[in-house]
Amino acid sequence: MSKLFPSKTAPFAYSTNSVQKTMTTVLLALAPATLFNLYLFGWPAILLFAVTVGACAVAEASCVAVSGRPATSTLGDGSAVLTGWLLAMSLPPWAPWWTGLVGAVFAIYLAKHAYGGLGQNPFNPAMVARVALLISFPVVMTTWVAPHPLFSANAPGLADAFAITFGGKPIDAMSSASVLGFVKTELSRGIPVTQSITQVPNLMDMAIGYRVGSMGETSALLIFAGGLFLIARGIISWHIPVAVIGSLFLMGAVSNLADPARFTGGAIQVMSGATFLGAFFIATDYVTSPVSKQGQLVFGVGVGLLTWIIRSFAGYPEGMAFAVLLMNALTPIIDQYTRPRGFGRTRKGDPLPLKVNS
Amino acid sequence: MKLFPIRGGVHPEYRKELCSEKAIVSMPMPELLYIPLQQHIGAPAEALVSEGDLVKKGQMIARGQGTVSVPHHAPTSGRIKAVTQVIAIHPSGLTQLTIVIEPDGRDEWADLPAPIDDPFSVKPQEIKDRVAQSGIVGMGGAAFPSAVKLNLGIQLKIDTLLINGAECEPYLTCDDRTMRERADEVIDGARIMAHALGAPSVIIAIEENKPQAIEIMTRAAEAQPNVEVVGVPVQYPMGAERQLTQAITGLETPSRKLTADLGVVVHNVATARAVQQAVRYGRPLVSRVVTVSGEAIREPKNVEVPIGTPVAKVVEFCGGFTSEPARLVNGGPMMGAPLVSLEVPVVKGTSGILALTAGEVKERPASPCIRCGVCITVCPCGLSPVEMAPQIRKDHLDVAAKLGVMDCFSCGSCSWVCPSHIPLVHYFNYAKGMLAEMDREKKKVERTKALSEEHTIRLEKADEAKKAAMAAKKAEMAAALAAKNQAASAAADKANP
Repeated sequence: MSKLFPSKTAPFAYSTNSVQKTMTTVLLALAPATLFNLYLFGWPAILLFAVTVGACAVAEASCVAVSGRPATSTLGDGSAVLTGWLLAMSLPPWAPWWTGLVGAVFAIYLAKHAYGGLGQNPFNPAMVARVALLISFPVVMTTWVAPHPLFSANAPGLADAFAITFGGKPIDAMSSASVLGFVKTELSRGIPVTQSITQVPNLMDMAIGYRVGSMGETSALLIFAGGLFLIARGIISWHIPVAVIGSLFLMGAVSNLADPARFTGGAIQVMSGATFLGAFFIATDYVTSPVSKQGQLVFGVGVGLLTWIIRSFAGYPEGMAFAVLLMNALTPIIDQYTRPRGFGRTRKGDPLPLKVNS
Repeated sequence: MKLFPIRGGVHPEYRKELCSEKAIVSMPMPELLYIPLQQHIGAPAEALVSEGDLVKKGQMIARGQGTVSVPHHAPTSGRIKAVTQVIAIHPSGLTQLTIVIEPDGRDEWADLPAPIDDPFSVKPQEIKDRVAQSGIVGMGGAAFPSAVKLNLGIQLKIDTLLINGAECEPYLTCDDRTMRERADEVIDGARIMAHALGAPSVIIAIEENKPQAIEIMTRAAEAQPNVEVVGVPVQYPMGAERQLTQAITGLETPSRKLTADLGVVVHNVATARAVQQAVRYGRPLVSRVVTVSGEAIREPKNVEVPIGTPVAKVVEFCGGFTSEPARLVNGGPMMGAPLVSLEVPVVKGTSGILALTAGEVKERPASPCIRCGVCITVCPCGLSPVEMAPQIRKDHLDVAAKLGVMDCFSCGSCSWVCPSHIPLVHYFNYAKGMLAEMDREKKKVERTKALSEEHTIRLEKADEAKKAAMAAKKAEMAAALAAKNQAASAAADKANP
């Protein structure tokens, strides 16, 4: 008998898909908005971004090393960098360096590797980190600054930036409130939305990004463009973003119609806060969202509704991160009830009745 | 013609250009032919010859046993060298009983059954008998006895014979070439089969990546009002029986039913041609067109190969390997089987021999699942591979069965597409095998139990019958005794008045 060839069953052809390719595409989609925001918020933002992404990468390597694998073996898949990137985009741009570090510990150690690493985590690591930071350090996490574009007159230089990010230089003088935060504060002072809304940037400025907020919250248009790129590349489908934005807009529009003094309108709901980043980049996280298209619609609507409820009734002005985490918890049960119908079977799983074409 | 969408599917690299413009060529007869007794689904055939016998081309050398089986015929004239165990074309690499023929070089035909000159005027049974007698099996790869499939017309009303020219597997071009070079024979064969089935119409479905085949077949079918050639979208696995039926008729075959229950019977184009040869000329199936392709093959070709030719000889005829192939495949790359050796013979179901380089296969080590759900999107069966695979890995086969793993027909789309390169379909093949085995065991136990219960009942009945008989006998004896006593006493009375 001649030599036996290695035996492995079909298929003997594979696509060129890979986890690394997927993650790289997501990073690519985030790049324009990120670069624009780094420009907008200058050196302190760049330093914080570098610290956060770096800390996540180091955290990932150390976890993998502890589990007995080569430390750098999973860095290549890009998932830790993406987590760090998204976390950095959800922090106030001028927040101190340790927010990035503590965030990385929450995201990579607790939210990801404590559950078994890539693919095993029930909750979105970046959002776990953001929420943990927000609850633990509410002042730091809600101290916003207006945009100080790089190289503009009042933008901090590199030395000032080091002082802000690493030296704890107070930035209160320059702090400002986000749109959602401002409206909420005014509302609590008894000033109706109809009046406070006149003092926020117009929708166009909000879309372009020239406003107060975390890096991912500003520049809705570039985030949106990145999201469309992901859909065009087949990395995500339209289901979650459309469901999130659609339900949020609908709730905003309907509630605003019912009581304009109490609720902001649909357009403000969609254009403000982290709606676009959440809808296209956070809620669509593969690991923590449902796998079937029907499930993704249910999930997206849930995120949209919860975001609106938290923004409108809860203590926090922004609710995207909370909404995503709450829906993450429901993902397994959504998955269970939204399996596709089997070929030749009813939804219940029984064989289809036989009907012959006559 | 209005077509209907099918679910899921993928678009692998087709690589048909390696072979699609290569006309079918015959190859020289090898020194030895190996005819396995089992080349088909069903019971193995029974050898009719023994060592030293002289046979002629087309002579039956093994007969089918049972209802689902086929006979085999000598692909050339020669001497039977042995009937012995030879390594089979099966991933296990196990041997099976095989007839070894030493060709005499004369390639002399035996006395063949008489041609059926007007097949449309004979009874369908005559066609089916001829097909059965000619050893024809489904040549798309499944190798199911064709005559058995033609019998579906007896109990069911068949509206459409669907001739499958989709050839959705990458690399394979044997059906494409058969349609382009033997269009009239294919259409004639299809019409003969439709007659055997009692099907009023014939639809020939060809994937749109074979425009020449569509054109040639359309032209060849022009004269036949009941034959229609339809181009179907290029979407793997379009060529799967249920998927093709849905694309053409819009009907979804219910689980555990056949397409025939919907009035559709599907046969491959090469099968149609084989039927035509058997009916018109009495020639049994003794050779087939095999696509020999892949980047590791020096001269990819479509070869008319005598059944039983060792794969090594076919590869040699195609110039051998350019480099050590990373994978050697029997059939297409998506659903084919691994070839464990070059010594195995080409059989009736061998549609392709592929020698693939590592660069073509793009195999990579598996990494963790990221739950992207693309396996659900591509699954033509509506299954959830992402959920089934982890259950099977934990050997929770009952859960996998509930999730529908038995509905999987191993098209491999999920494995192909998975960004984490998880061998999903391997898990499902394993689960299906284990579940089928468990089912067999369960049935066996049930059968044993039923038999033993029957046995007990039989024993009890026999016991009762025995008791009843004894009781009857006792009663009879008692009666006889009583009668005797009575008679005696009567006699005594008489004696002593």
